Amino acid sequence: MTKPPQPGDFYQRDRRWHPPALSQDYKTSVARSPKFPLISLENTASEITGPVFGQNDINATDNDLLNNFAQPGESPIGERIIVHGRVLDENARPIPNTLVEIWQANASGRYRHKKDTYLGALDPNFGGCGRTLTDENGCYHFRTVKPGAYPWRNWVNDWRPAHIHVSVFGSGFAQRLITQLYFEGDPLIARCPIVNTIPDPAAVEMLVARIDMNAAIPLDTIAYRFDIVLRGRRSTLFENRLEGN
Amino acid sequence: MRQQLEYLKETPSQTAGPYVHIGLAPGAAGFEIYGQELGWDIVGPNAKGERIRVEGVVTDGTGSPVKDVLLEAWQANADGIYAHPEHPDEVEEGFRGWGRVITNFETGEWGFDTVKPGPVMGRGGQMMAPHVNLWIVARGINVGLNTRIYFDDEAAANAADPVLNVIEWERRRATLIAKRELRDGLAVYRFDIRLQGEDETVFFDI
Repeated sequence: MTKPPQPGDFYQRDRRWHPPALSQDYKTSVARSPKFPLISLENTASEITGPVFGQNDINATDNDLLNNFAQPGESPIGERIIVHGRVLDENARPIPNTLVEIWQANASGRYRHKKDTYLGALDPNFGGCGRTLTDENGCYHFRTVKPGAYPWRNWVNDWRPAHIHVSVFGSGFAQRLITQLYFEGDPLIARCPIVNTIPDPAAVEMLVARIDMNAAIPLDTIAYRFDIVLRGRRSTLFENRLEGN
Repeated sequence: MRQQLEYLKETPSQTAGPYVHIGLAPGAAGFEIYGQELGWDIVGPNAKGERIRVEGVVTDGTGSPVKDVLLEAWQANADGIYAHPEHPDEVEEGFRGWGRVITNFETGEWGFDTVKPGPVMGRGGQMMAPHVNLWIVARGINVGLNTRIYFDDEAAANAADPVLNVIEWERRRATLIAKRELRDGLAVYRFDIRLQGEDETVFFDI
């Protein structure tokens, strides 16, 4: 058995690996990015703790987007896929029992959201959200349809690559993360101003789910693998006065 | 042989985009799907302490309200204890300490009902003034922004708060202090968040 993470500070977030707040080509960021630098804090109980979720908070079928909005006996239209992977920390330790939430457009690239007016058709059998808890090994899985690309008002001919939004908690509020999963081989990835907010191509690679034939169900559902890494924690080898003393 | 450091890199952040509600608050997106949505009840029915409401609006660098933002709150109970397994102390049954709210699509106003948290022990045995930790995501925000809500009726505790005192620009500390008013007997704290420009809210790298 792997030992659970020991209490201690989280490793400093590498802000040069993440996208900067201001990225001119992603136009909305221009007026929504702070001009002053972030104030760096050492972790306290406020940052190393975070909410805990249990099986009572969700339904076991919330991770099945092929069924969680479909009429009885019907299915959404689109490519049937499994998305699965592990949630790990930077020490490669699994993060068990953590909440993973996803949302996405349907196969047409249309979101079930009252603010989405794209011409692509809604699918009466597809909602587009799911959630699950990782198991004791940090593993999670969803079943869904592969989302379509869609246009957005940035430059006039910008199209988002197919993507699934992913939200993860971890064990402390400082690990809170929202990101986007892309699909291996999509030619729109390299053109996307949102993807290109990330400076390092190796970091972009972390967001590209790999096709996983071994996890596919023959004659039924193809599979993609997407591992998620959250911040790691120091072992408290030498205490530097987090609390009390 | 050169020693290798075998750390993984953190998954890089991406914006939550305009339709974050579908995943995290589908009722607001316009459809019912889950047996229960998470984050609507921060403290539960048994929480000790003063019941309060916190309200505000998020504005961008042009002063316009941001109408597609999602905020998450994380706070201790009235005794300053977080609902977390690393803190063996018990909190009240039903107290989660975590909440999730979205803005009104027309006005940009947001708000949540909670109890006022107690002071929490900080580093080196220094007590932190009562505060609510806040995490903000939206279209145009590439990495979620962290800030803290402090309370203007805790002036003495705020003056001694080790985190507020890390902010060298004294005038900026005021951007983290919510203003109390009474509305029909209920304590309401106003906390407006300015993402950019004049009186820009202090954001933390935690």
